[in-house]
Amino acid sequence: MKQTQGNNGNKKFGMVINLDLCTGCGSCMVACMAENNVPFKEDETDKLDSITWMRVYKLKNGKSWPNADICYLPRPCMHCGGHGDHGHSPCVSVCPAVATDYSMATGIVSQIYTRCFGCRYCMAACPYHVRYFNWWDPVWPEGMERFLNPDVSVRMRGVVEKCSFCFHRYQLAMNKAFLEGRRVLEEDEYQSACTQACPAGAITFGDLNNPEHAVHQLVQPDPKHAGRPRNPKAFRLLERLETNPKVYYVSSRKWVRQSGDNYLKKEKQKI
Amino acid sequence: MDSALIPQGVNRCPLWKFALGIAIVGAVLMWGVYAMMLVWIKGLNQTNMNDAYGFALWIWADLSVIALGGGAFFTGFLRYVIGINDLKNIINYAVIIGFICYSSAQLILGLDVGQPLRGWFIFWHANVHSMLTEVAFCLTAYFGVLCVEYVPLLLENRQLDRVPFFHNLSHNLHEIMAVFAATGAFLSFFHQGSLGGVSGVLFARPFGFREGVFVWPWTFFLYTWSAAACGPCFTILITKITEKVTKKKLVKDNVIQILAKIAGWMLATYMVAKIIDTIYWATVTAPSKGFDLMTFYSNNPLYGIWILILELVVCGIVPAAILITPKWRGNPRGLTLAMILAVIGVCLNRWVMILQVLAIPVLPFENWALYMPSWQEIATTILPVCYGIILIMISYRYLPVFPQEKELNPIAG
Repeated sequence: MKQTQGNNGNKKFGMVINLDLCTGCGSCMVACMAENNVPFKEDETDKLDSITWMRVYKLKNGKSWPNADICYLPRPCMHCGGHGDHGHSPCVSVCPAVATDYSMATGIVSQIYTRCFGCRYCMAACPYHVRYFNWWDPVWPEGMERFLNPDVSVRMRGVVEKCSFCFHRYQLAMNKAFLEGRRVLEEDEYQSACTQACPAGAITFGDLNNPEHAVHQLVQPDPKHAGRPRNPKAFRLLERLETNPKVYYVSSRKWVRQSGDNYLKKEKQKI
Repeated sequence: MDSALIPQGVNRCPLWKFALGIAIVGAVLMWGVYAMMLVWIKGLNQTNMNDAYGFALWIWADLSVIALGGGAFFTGFLRYVIGINDLKNIINYAVIIGFICYSSAQLILGLDVGQPLRGWFIFWHANVHSMLTEVAFCLTAYFGVLCVEYVPLLLENRQLDRVPFFHNLSHNLHEIMAVFAATGAFLSFFHQGSLGGVSGVLFARPFGFREGVFVWPWTFFLYTWSAAACGPCFTILITKITEKVTKKKLVKDNVIQILAKIAGWMLATYMVAKIIDTIYWATVTAPSKGFDLMTFYSNNPLYGIWILILELVVCGIVPAAILITPKWRGNPRGLTLAMILAVIGVCLNRWVMILQVLAIPVLPFENWALYMPSWQEIATTILPVCYGIILIMISYRYLPVFPQEKELNPIAG
């Protein structure tokens, strides 16, 4: 958190999810789990201790037929920039051992598994419930160890984990670029697993600071307001808390956009 | 058999009775130890905590015992720094209770982390922005102070006191105790406060979040204040329970009354501050995030507005009123009632500021999350209570904890 602030050529990787396109198929969840060696339990009925770096919520507009409508909302880690986008994410500022950190170079909130001692303060701080605790040691079905992703370390019991925006892919892409004498990645060189897995093309990933990237064009982030979207159909979850997430949602449906935040009754009436 | 260890001029129960008491409490303690071993060996899957409830019964117990143990720092501050001499008759017991509370808190913290062997990371890789870092440093340092404050009392044991070195060490420690008391008060201000900051800084959790001054949310000051108010109440309550169990008067009424009066005024002023804080939070802070007060107290089977009324009125204003009114405070039943209510009040405050914070959904499409602790969590929370009872039993039997005991209970003949 002591890095220099401001753009300075820094990247700000982010995601835009078009909720009008999302069918709730869950491909993003499956791809995420496979890519990141996310452990699972034999019995996954209790979702309160299941690990889902990417989780798809089902939202309803609360109306009856024929006006009933639903929306599926995929929710990865928001990689919050915190107040004023200074890197003081809700989780980063509370971790007592700097086991989670905010990178000004990429805008990614990291999780250092070997540093985390499992106090779970970050989980208490995160309003999006993107942080998961390893209540058990991971147990893989026989033979599955051979199919784990060698680029992602598996986590042991007693530490917190979360979506990393597939940071290992960024490292691999940067390694390749360095070997080829480049310092800048092309947009398609670093894409998260969920983005590539989405059959509907609902997820777009890229550098929010780069006007040439699709994510920037889709939401038109306002740098004067910590990246708040200028596209009227785009929104971020819990905008009023000033967590400044880097995951944006787009929907043409008003009720979906309103579902992203809390409003007082009188405010709702005005809306 | 152990009469040579018992202070002179006081009566103690027969050894068999004492041993039986230790055995009964010890059996419950062993149940807790068994649960503790299960947690350490098998991990936190032995609890009913989950990803919605990363903090639960243990953190509540931690915050509560630290608040209740606040009697040690505040009584020490009053006795040694302010110079209220009468409190020398209860300071020993306040220190023992504080020692028990703080050692219990350390034990619970050792249980409550996923990787206990990495516990030292909090010191080695300290994040200066984290309230937990401040808690860890100040709590550990203050526990050291409590040990130093406990040592002179230990050395006053009849047999230890016969050793000239121990006698002189004890005497000299007494002489410089004001330094430790002042250090303890300073450290306590910060760790009690930073415990308050634990939920107060959570700007993405509107139930817990509070504005404040510089880096400190208002809860920082409220926690210190409430610990200074309710800690002495707990000290008096435990003293009264000890008197009941031993069937002896151990501390003169004037001493109790002085401490109760000060605690009462601390509680009364705390309540004024707490009510102002609650009103500002309910009318300004939370609405600015899109929450009105009743969203925090509805649509769930447990957390109704009753909990706020119970905390602020029944367990706040009522005990404060009793304690600042000489007539009510002078009534033994009134005093006991006030002590019990104040203790419940501070524990309730710690409960809502940890568990209710997590129970309330922040995302509009999520629901309340409720939680019931597992038997392992309950057993390990009872464990420190048993440990405390045993340490009090041993200390009372073998150490001159109450300076007025001889005078109040002269041995016939």
